[in-house]
Amino acid sequence: MLKVSTAPHVYSKTDTVSIMRDVIIALIPAGIAAVLFFGIDALITIVTAVAGCVAMEYIACKMSKIKPTTGDLTAVITGLLLAYNLPCNMPVWMTLVGCFAAIVIAKFSFGGLGKNLFNPALVGRVFLFVSFPVQMTTWLKPQFLDFMMADAVSSPTTLGILKHAPEKTAALEIPSYLDMFTGNIGGSLGEVSALALLLGLVWLLYRKVISWHIPFYYVATFFMLNAAFWLYTDDFGYEPITQLLSGGLFLGAFFMATDYTTTPMSINGKIIFAIGCAILTFVIRHYGAYPEGVSFAILIMNAFVPLIDKTVRPRIFGTGRK
Amino acid sequence: MSKIKTFHVGGIHPDKFKISSEAAISDAPLPQTAVIPVRQHIGAPAKILVKKGDFVKVGSLIADADGIISADVHSSVSGEVIKVEDGETSGGYFEKMITIRVEGDEWEESIDRNPEINREITLSSEEIINIIRQSGVVGMGGAGFPTPVKVDVPEGKKVDCLIINGIECEPYLTADDRLMQECAEQIVIGAKILNKALGIQKAIIAVDENKQKAIENLRKITRSYVGVNVEVCDTKYPQGAEKQLIAAVTGREVPPGCLPIDVNCVVQNAGTAFAVYEAVQKKKPLFERIVTVSGDGIENPMNLRVRIGTPASDLIKLCRPKSDIGKIIFGGPMMGTAVINADAPITKTTSGVLLMEEKSVFVPEEGACIRCATCVNVCPQGLEPYAIAEFTRNGEYQEAKKIHVLDCIECGCCSYSCPARISLLDYCKLAKYEIRKKK
Repeated sequence: MLKVSTAPHVYSKTDTVSIMRDVIIALIPAGIAAVLFFGIDALITIVTAVAGCVAMEYIACKMSKIKPTTGDLTAVITGLLLAYNLPCNMPVWMTLVGCFAAIVIAKFSFGGLGKNLFNPALVGRVFLFVSFPVQMTTWLKPQFLDFMMADAVSSPTTLGILKHAPEKTAALEIPSYLDMFTGNIGGSLGEVSALALLLGLVWLLYRKVISWHIPFYYVATFFMLNAAFWLYTDDFGYEPITQLLSGGLFLGAFFMATDYTTTPMSINGKIIFAIGCAILTFVIRHYGAYPEGVSFAILIMNAFVPLIDKTVRPRIFGTGRK
Repeated sequence: MSKIKTFHVGGIHPDKFKISSEAAISDAPLPQTAVIPVRQHIGAPAKILVKKGDFVKVGSLIADADGIISADVHSSVSGEVIKVEDGETSGGYFEKMITIRVEGDEWEESIDRNPEINREITLSSEEIINIIRQSGVVGMGGAGFPTPVKVDVPEGKKVDCLIINGIECEPYLTADDRLMQECAEQIVIGAKILNKALGIQKAIIAVDENKQKAIENLRKITRSYVGVNVEVCDTKYPQGAEKQLIAAVTGREVPPGCLPIDVNCVVQNAGTAFAVYEAVQKKKPLFERIVTVSGDGIENPMNLRVRIGTPASDLIKLCRPKSDIGKIIFGGPMMGTAVINADAPITKTTSGVLLMEEKSVFVPEEGACIRCATCVNVCPQGLEPYAIAEFTRNGEYQEAKKIHVLDCIECGCCSYSCPARISLLDYCKLAKYEIRKKK
């Protein structure tokens, strides 16, 4: 039997599932770092979040009477990202509440895959943040290779130290650059190790899952803003390398501000989005009530995406150039 | 060596599968009956000049161009006209076709069958255009636009550059590649003839960089032809699309709704340049062409010199098809047409007949758009296929028009690349169709 169809008759090998698989691979180093530093607690949180998100997705599909979309692996990514945005010692049931907010509220109530306006993992995180502020801001000191986390003590994050210090000088007890780079600091599971996140970024770029624009413009703009203020005010709170390596900047810039669905389509739109994220992160971190601003910055910019897509369009061939 | 040129917006790199590039051009045997459609070009069908029972020779005029945008059709075989009626084209449409029962191989006496290359261009511009018109030459890259119309520069327009399109960016196809390897000089002379018709001195033969032998041959020959240069272009799809080729070679961009002539360019396919050479220097009308028969469903891929009107099934048999054929495509896999009728005739624009095995026929199942922006990044025209698809789904064709769907060149990069397997090109085509219908 001959088949007929419209052109083209050949297709690229890349499909939704292969893209999502690449994102998962890119997230693995950060997961390994989390388990190395935060032991079994991290593992439990990650497994709970992933299983929770996949289960929520399955149930949501069943309830809306559509074919389950769990096979496309996007729920796994949402679960991983949600876990990476949580402290390691989150109670399991709270993590599940986050999964519900991410999948059911942020994703399915907007229409499911590709229709959500806001990044599901970040909605989940912020939902938990406003619901359980104490648990969400209690950080454990990392115990490298101590799997059971036997002697865990709580420790503030770098940004927390900076935020609440009456006098911001280099004399403050903040971690060394090396600790911040490798991830030997307090913070959310997946955000601590800049090294692991950079490895993931390299994979995403190498596999052409994302373009370099959003990570570059986000990080570069944020760095320059801090550097400028630091040089101008001599206030250690702006010290740009500490600002870069602490908090969720890399996790946000590499994995959440690059989420396909909730970011602009055109390259110029992406650049505007990234710069907007950087400015908002800067403003919230330094002048807002919270020490960390990446989640809010990205969510706020998510809301601008439809507007950006409508106004910033690619150049039509044959127009607008000499 | 000059720099490798290319266009800078979008484009893709599909697997090449040029498995027939080493197969020298050979003559396909004459068919038992030739079925010749009277419309093998863009424009009005030609007026039929023969009736049942008439005897025709190879090269006899059997249908006359009806108006300016039309083309003469000549018999490709000698024999008796046995039918003049509607027949099914490769695309599944019905067109008037002239069926000729082949008897012997008797050519019109006017045709010069001496294989020696005739280098002397003696005719004037007008005479050349006339001969091209009387020989039924049309663009052989696929669109089939009548060539005389393209070289007859309208009042007020200026041409400074002729580009011979030697880019064959569709996977599998090697017809132009072989022609440039084996008949490079005729193509170069064809370019000089077209130059003369246009009244200009400069011609650029653009070839993509995966055709090293063709490039070598052409470079050797162009040394003795002043004004003809070879430019090497990147192997990228759709480098062979007219607008993308002009952008690559000259840096000029054809604005929306405009023609190459608006940026002072004329583009002709390498196969067309060869046909022009034969028409002008050998008085041979266009009644045969090179066809690549290939695909993973073919044991013995070939490049064949085929008389127009030969049923594709004849060629397929010759090249030993595998047993489990899932799809037959006329043209390339990116822009070609899948056919149900393997007996459909080869026309002036059929560059290839591809057979795909059942197991390699991929039926895309549309998923949800994940807004990955791949379609936006690969579109060589700078369009937003995802947005066009959304408007088309909702029937908002005028909105699709506002975001330039009419500039779509139907290259298929978007559908090829979409990870959600959305048939974006179909939505674009539908929107274009609906917008044009309204006019």
